[in-house]
Amino acid sequence: MVFNTGMVGYPESMTDPSYKGQILAFTYPLIGNYGVPSKTENFESDRIQVRGIVTGRMMGDHSHHEAHGSLEALMKGEGVTGISGVDTRELTKHLRSRGTMLGRIVIKEDLDSEFRVSDPNAIDLVGEVSIKAPCELGKGNHGPEVLVIDCGCKRGIIKELLDRGCRVHLTPYNVMPTGQGYDGVMISNGPGDPSLLKDTIDNVKMLLDAEVPVAGICLGCQIMALAAGARTYKLKFGHRSQNQPCMETSSRQCVITSQNHGYAVDEGSMPEGWSVWYRNLNDGTIEGIRNERGDAFALQFHPEARPGPTDSLRFFDRFMEAMSDG
Amino acid sequence: MVETVLVLGSGGLMIGQAGEFDYSGSQALKALKEEGIKTILVNPNIATVQTTKDLADRLYLHSVDAETVERIIEAERPDGILLGFGGQTALNVGIELYDRGVLHKYGVQVLGTPIEAIKDTEDRKRFVDRLNEIGVRTARSWACTDLDSAIRASRDIGYPVMIRSAYALGGLGSGVAMDEEQLKALARNALANAPQILVEEYLKGWKEVEYEIVRDSGDNCITVCNMENLDPMGIHTGESIVVAPSQTLTDREYHLLRRIAIDIVRHLGIIGECNIQYALDPRSCDYRVIEINARLSRSSALASKATGYPLASVAARIAVGRTLDQIKNAVTGSTVAFFEPALDYVVVKVPRWDLDRFKLVKKNIGSQMMSVGEVMAIGRGFEEALQKALRMIGTGMHGLIFNRLVFPDLEEELSHPTPRRIFAIGEALMRGTDPERIRSLTDIDPWFLARLKDIVDTGAGLMGAGALEPDLILNAKRLGFSDFQIMRATGVPMDQVRAFRIREGIVPCIKQIDTLAAEYPAATNYLYMTYNGSANDVGPRAGAVVILGSGAYRIGSSVEFDWCCVNAAWTARGLGYRTIMINCNPETVSTDYDVCDRLYFEELTYERVMDIYDFESPEGIIVSMGGQVANNLAPRLHASGAHILGTSPMDIDRAEDRNKFSSLLDGLGIDQPDWVEAKSIGEARSFAERVGYPVMIRPSYVLSGASMAVVFDPSTMESYLSRATEVDPASPVVVSKFIEDAKEIEFDGVARDGEILLYSIGEHVENAGVHSGDATVVIPPQRLYVETIRRLKEASRRIAASLKITGPFNIQFIAKENRLKVIECNLRSSRTFPFASKTLGKNMIELATKAMLGEKVERIEGTMLDLDRVGVKAAQFSYQRLKGADPTMGVAMASTGEVGCLGMDMESALLSALRAVGFRIGTRTALVSTGPEMTKSAWLPVIRRLMEKGYTLYATSGTARFMRANGIEAETLRWPLEKGPPNSLEYIREGRIGLVINIPKSNEEEEITNDYLIRRTAVDCSVPLLTNLKLAERLFEALEHRDMDSIPVCEFDEY
Repeated sequence: MVFNTGMVGYPESMTDPSYKGQILAFTYPLIGNYGVPSKTENFESDRIQVRGIVTGRMMGDHSHHEAHGSLEALMKGEGVTGISGVDTRELTKHLRSRGTMLGRIVIKEDLDSEFRVSDPNAIDLVGEVSIKAPCELGKGNHGPEVLVIDCGCKRGIIKELLDRGCRVHLTPYNVMPTGQGYDGVMISNGPGDPSLLKDTIDNVKMLLDAEVPVAGICLGCQIMALAAGARTYKLKFGHRSQNQPCMETSSRQCVITSQNHGYAVDEGSMPEGWSVWYRNLNDGTIEGIRNERGDAFALQFHPEARPGPTDSLRFFDRFMEAMSDG
Repeated sequence: MVETVLVLGSGGLMIGQAGEFDYSGSQALKALKEEGIKTILVNPNIATVQTTKDLADRLYLHSVDAETVERIIEAERPDGILLGFGGQTALNVGIELYDRGVLHKYGVQVLGTPIEAIKDTEDRKRFVDRLNEIGVRTARSWACTDLDSAIRASRDIGYPVMIRSAYALGGLGSGVAMDEEQLKALARNALANAPQILVEEYLKGWKEVEYEIVRDSGDNCITVCNMENLDPMGIHTGESIVVAPSQTLTDREYHLLRRIAIDIVRHLGIIGECNIQYALDPRSCDYRVIEINARLSRSSALASKATGYPLASVAARIAVGRTLDQIKNAVTGSTVAFFEPALDYVVVKVPRWDLDRFKLVKKNIGSQMMSVGEVMAIGRGFEEALQKALRMIGTGMHGLIFNRLVFPDLEEELSHPTPRRIFAIGEALMRGTDPERIRSLTDIDPWFLARLKDIVDTGAGLMGAGALEPDLILNAKRLGFSDFQIMRATGVPMDQVRAFRIREGIVPCIKQIDTLAAEYPAATNYLYMTYNGSANDVGPRAGAVVILGSGAYRIGSSVEFDWCCVNAAWTARGLGYRTIMINCNPETVSTDYDVCDRLYFEELTYERVMDIYDFESPEGIIVSMGGQVANNLAPRLHASGAHILGTSPMDIDRAEDRNKFSSLLDGLGIDQPDWVEAKSIGEARSFAERVGYPVMIRPSYVLSGASMAVVFDPSTMESYLSRATEVDPASPVVVSKFIEDAKEIEFDGVARDGEILLYSIGEHVENAGVHSGDATVVIPPQRLYVETIRRLKEASRRIAASLKITGPFNIQFIAKENRLKVIECNLRSSRTFPFASKTLGKNMIELATKAMLGEKVERIEGTMLDLDRVGVKAAQFSYQRLKGADPTMGVAMASTGEVGCLGMDMESALLSALRAVGFRIGTRTALVSTGPEMTKSAWLPVIRRLMEKGYTLYATSGTARFMRANGIEAETLRWPLEKGPPNSLEYIREGRIGLVINIPKSNEEEEITNDYLIRRTAVDCSVPLLTNLKLAERLFEALEHRDMDSIPVCEFDEY
C-alpha cells in the first residue's frame, strides 16, 4: 500500500511497471478527470500495473480530446480493483507515520471472512514485468547501439533513447548480456527490492568492469550501487511524487524530479571511486551516483518524467555523450 | 552589498490593482527585515498593513510617480530598488526612472528581474521577438500606434480580433472587435490611454491556463502552481472563476506548459517571481503564450494562498541574492523553498463585482477587468469549493442554486456573460437544458459543466426527498450545500437542519494546507474545512480569541478592515492570547500564515463560524474589526450562545435598529434628521411633503449606500422607488430629511464600558451628500468651530456611555450653523480607523483590542488638536475601468480605494493626496459647464481664480454666456449632442483640454445627457475631472500657495 502526491498523470503512474503488485493511493482527491488516452501513446507499459487504486473520488464524466474512454472502463476491462470515497489524506498520514504496509481492498460482505493479505515482495515482481525474450527497437536508427536491461522499463525511457537515434536492444533482467557490440547499457526502473536481483547485480558488475558506459534509472540506480559494492535499504514510506527537489552536488544546480521508489542507496556504504551525484533536498537521501571514471552514472529519480517534470531530460544527452566518448 | 532597499507600493486600491499588493509588499518588507536589510517604502495608501509603523524602516506616504520617487531617491540614496511588489504602477515608475537615467545617476541597482527583461515582457514587439527566438508560440499579434495600422492589422488577421493596450494593468482598454466598426471604437479608446495597442488573433473557446514561476540568480527554477480558468479565453483572468490546480489538463499538457514557462524565464533572465498566461486549444495540444507579468500579481497572491507557498517573501529574498535552496520552507520549517507544492485539495477563486452601484455602466464581463475583489474557497471537491466561494463573495448568494434569481432571458445570460453567468448556468441546468447546449453557448469545458450538473442533480434530489435523510444530507454537504440551501430545498428550518446533521455526526473535517499533500509532517496553522474527509488534522485548543475578517474586497469594505483585523491579531498575540483568524480573501495580509496562531481560510457565514466555534471552544469572538460583514453575524452568533467580545450584541442591536437608536438619541437629547420607515410609496411621499424636499432614500438593507439616493422632487422620488427598490411592508425604505449645505464629520473612537479612551475627528471637505467613502477627509479638522467640536465630543460621550461601548465605534454627524445631527452610528471599526490611527500616531485598534480583552488601558488625553501635522484622505476611483459608468459623486459610494497623505499644512497634504490618486492637470486649459444658474454663481470664484492663473477657458453655451456676463472670457464649445465644430467632445479627445469642470444637474439622472458625455469622455481620455464645488475651492486655494510639483516630500516621522 503506497501513496503518490502527483496532481496529474494517473494513466502514466498506473501503467508504470515499478508499481507492480502495489495498491496506489492518490492524495489528489479527483482522479479520472481527463479519462485515459490510447494505449499506444501514453501508457508506460501495455497494461495497468498497479494491483489496485484508492481515490477520494473517481470522476466518471471525463473530458479530453485525447481520451479513449474513462478510467473506470479501462480498469474494468483489465480487471483492476479500485475504491473511492476514501479520505486519502488521512490514509497518507497513516502510511507516513507507520511506513509502507501490506493492504487489501475488501468488499464489505467479505469482511467477515478471514482477512488475508498477500505480500508482493514474496513473488518475483521483476520477473513478472520484464520481457521474456530479447527484442530490438529502432531498427532504422543509425545512432549508438544501446542495451537496455529490462527490469520493468517504462516506455518513456525507451522513447528518449529512440528520439536520440539509438538502436535499443531490450534484454530480460536475468539474461547475461555480454556488453560487447553495444555502445552503452541502460539499467531500467522496476518494482521491488533490488537486493533480491542477484543475477542482474552480478551481470552489471561485469559490465562496470568492462568499462562500457552504463547508466541507470531508479531500480537501475540501486542495482548499479549494489554492483559497485554499496548497500541499499528500504525507506519508511518511499518517494512517490512529482515534486521531489534534488540538487546536483557539484554544481549546486537544483531540479524538480518525478519519483517512485521505496528503496535507497545507503550513503555510508558507498565504495571508493564512487560519489553522490544528486541528493534529495527534503531528506538528504541519495538521488544519483556516479563513478570517478565518469562512464557509469545513475539517477534514483525519473529523468524521462511521464508523469512529472521534465527538468532532467539532459540525463539522456549525457548518456549519449558518454557513449560517443567511449 | 545591498544594505538599503527602496520598495515601491501600488497606491490607492483600484480595479485591477487591489489588496494583493499590500500582501506582497508586506511580505517583502518582513523578509528583507529578516535578511538584515533596511527598507524604505513609498506608498500613499494609508489603509494598508505595509504602511504600518515599523514594517518598513522609513515610510513615505507619497504618490508613486517618477518625479516623487526621484526626490525620495535623492534624499535617501538607497542601494537598490524593488519594482515587483507594487503592481503595474511600481513597474511603470521603475521603467520611467531607468529610462530617464535617474537610477543610474544615483547608483540605484534594480533588484530582481532586470529592467531590460521587464521591457521584454511589457513591449509587445519585443515579447514576440524574444519568444520567437526560442520557438515559443505567441498569439498572432500586431503592435499598432495609430488607428490606420490597427485597421490594417485587423484585416490581415481577420475578424474577430482582440485589442489590448501595452503597459496596462488588468487589461485596461482591451476588448473583442467583431467588425471594423467595433474595432475603431475600441482602438480609439485604447490609444487615448496608451501609446501602443495590440491587435491579436482571437482565441475563442481556448482554455486559459496560468503558471507561477520562480527563478533565482543561481538559475534554479520552479513552478509553484498552475491554475485553470473555468471561463475560457475572452474573459479576463481577473473576471474568471479560476481553479487550482488545473482540472482538465493531462500530464503531457501540464508539463509541456511548465517546461515552456521555465524555458521562457531562463531565456528572458527573470529573477524572482513571474506569471505566464497561456491559451490552450481544447481540440489539440496547440498553445499560445498570452502574457507574461514579470512581477508579483493578483494571480501570484492567489497562488500563494492556494498552495501555502509564500511567493512574495521568497521573491524578495531572491532579489537580494538568496537562492531557493538557501531559503527555508516556512510551512514545514525543515525543508527548503526549492520544491513545488503538491495540493491534495481543490481551490476555486470567484471574483466579486459591484457593477450594480454604477449608473449607466456596461454589465457585460469580458477582456477588461471590472471586478473589485475576489474570494478563494478550498475543498476536496470542485463542487464543494465552488459553492463555498459563491457564498463567500457576499452578494447574498447561497451557492450555485436556490438563490431566487430571476433570469428573463437565459440564453442571453449564457452567451453574453455578466457577473451572474455561473448562476444562470445553474438555473439552465435546473430547467433541464442539455449541458452540450450550454457548452456551445459558453465554451466552458464539459468537465466543469458536469460538476455543475452534479450540484443541480443533488439539489433536485433534496427537493424530491422533502425530508432530511442522512445519506442525502451527507452527499449534499460533500457537494458544498449549506444548511440554508438544504432549508430552501426541503422546507426544514435551518436550525433543525443543523441540529439534525450534528446529531447524525455530519460535521466538516478540518484539514491542513501543508504544501506537500501530507507526505511529510508539517507544523502548519493554515486550515480549511471539508465534508470530503473522515478525520481532522488538528485538535481543538480551547481559550483562543477568534477574529472575523472582512471577506471579499468590495466597494465600501476593503483593505482598511484588513488593517484592523491584522492589528487586532497582533495585539492579542502580543498579550499572549492564542488567535484564530477566519477570512476568505486571498488578497489580504490577515490570511498570511504568520499573522495568527490558526488561520481558517473559510466562509464568514453563521454556519461555518459556528462550526469552528463548536470545534475550538474559544474564549470569544471579535466581530468589530471585519467591517459590516463580521458585524452582521453578531446577533445570530450571540443567540446561539457564542461569546462576543467587546460591546454587547444587545447594545449593537440598539445602535443598528433605527427605531431603537432613534429613541435612544431622543432620550439623550441628541438631534437627528427627521426620518420615517415607509412601507409604501404614498407614505414616503407624504413624509417628504411634510419635512420638505430634498430627502434621502435608502432600502432597509444598506451596505455602503448601495442604491441610496437623494431626491429633490416627487417625480424623481417615484421614478427612483419604482426602479431601484421594492417598497412593501416586508421591505420598507427609510426616508430621511436631507440637509443641504451642511458639513459632514466623522467621529472615530475607542471606549471601554462606555468611557471614551481615544477619539479622532475627521472633517469632510465636500458637503454632506457625498458618501464618506468618497469624500476627502481632513484630520484634525481645520474649519470646524470650536463650539461644534465641543458639542461633538459631548454627544459622542453620551452615546458611548448609553450604549456601554467597549471597543471601536464610529459616529457620523452633520453640522450646519453649529447645530449637530447624528446620521449614523456603527459599533465597530470604520473605514477611517487606519487613517486616523496613523495620522494621530496612536494605534486605535491596539487600544480597542486591549479594551475588548479586558486588559488594563489608560485614557489618552488631548491628542487631537495638539497635532502639528494634517492628514488628508482622498478617494481613489476606478471609473476608467467601468465602461460607461457616470463619474459623479453622490450618497452611494463609488470609489474603490483611498490614499492618505500628511503635510505640515492642509494645502500640502491635500495636494499630496490628490497627486497620489492621479489628479494631474495637464495644460492650463479648462472646459467648464457649471449647471443651473445657482451653481453657476457658486462656481464663479473658482473660475475667476482659473482665469487669474492664466488658464485658457472653454465653456458650453450657457456657462460661457454667464462667464462673459461676469467679465470672464471664455470660448464657447458646442455640447456633445450638438452637431458641428467646435465640439466639446472633440476637444477633450484631441487632448486640447487639461481640466474638465462639470456639475451634474441631478445626481439621479440615468440617461445619456450632454453632461454625462463630457464627464465620461474626460475619464476615458484621462483628463482630470472636477464635479464638486467644495473640493474645487480647496484645491485652487491650495494651488494659490503651492505648486503640485513642489509639495514637500518628507518621511512619515518628519511630519
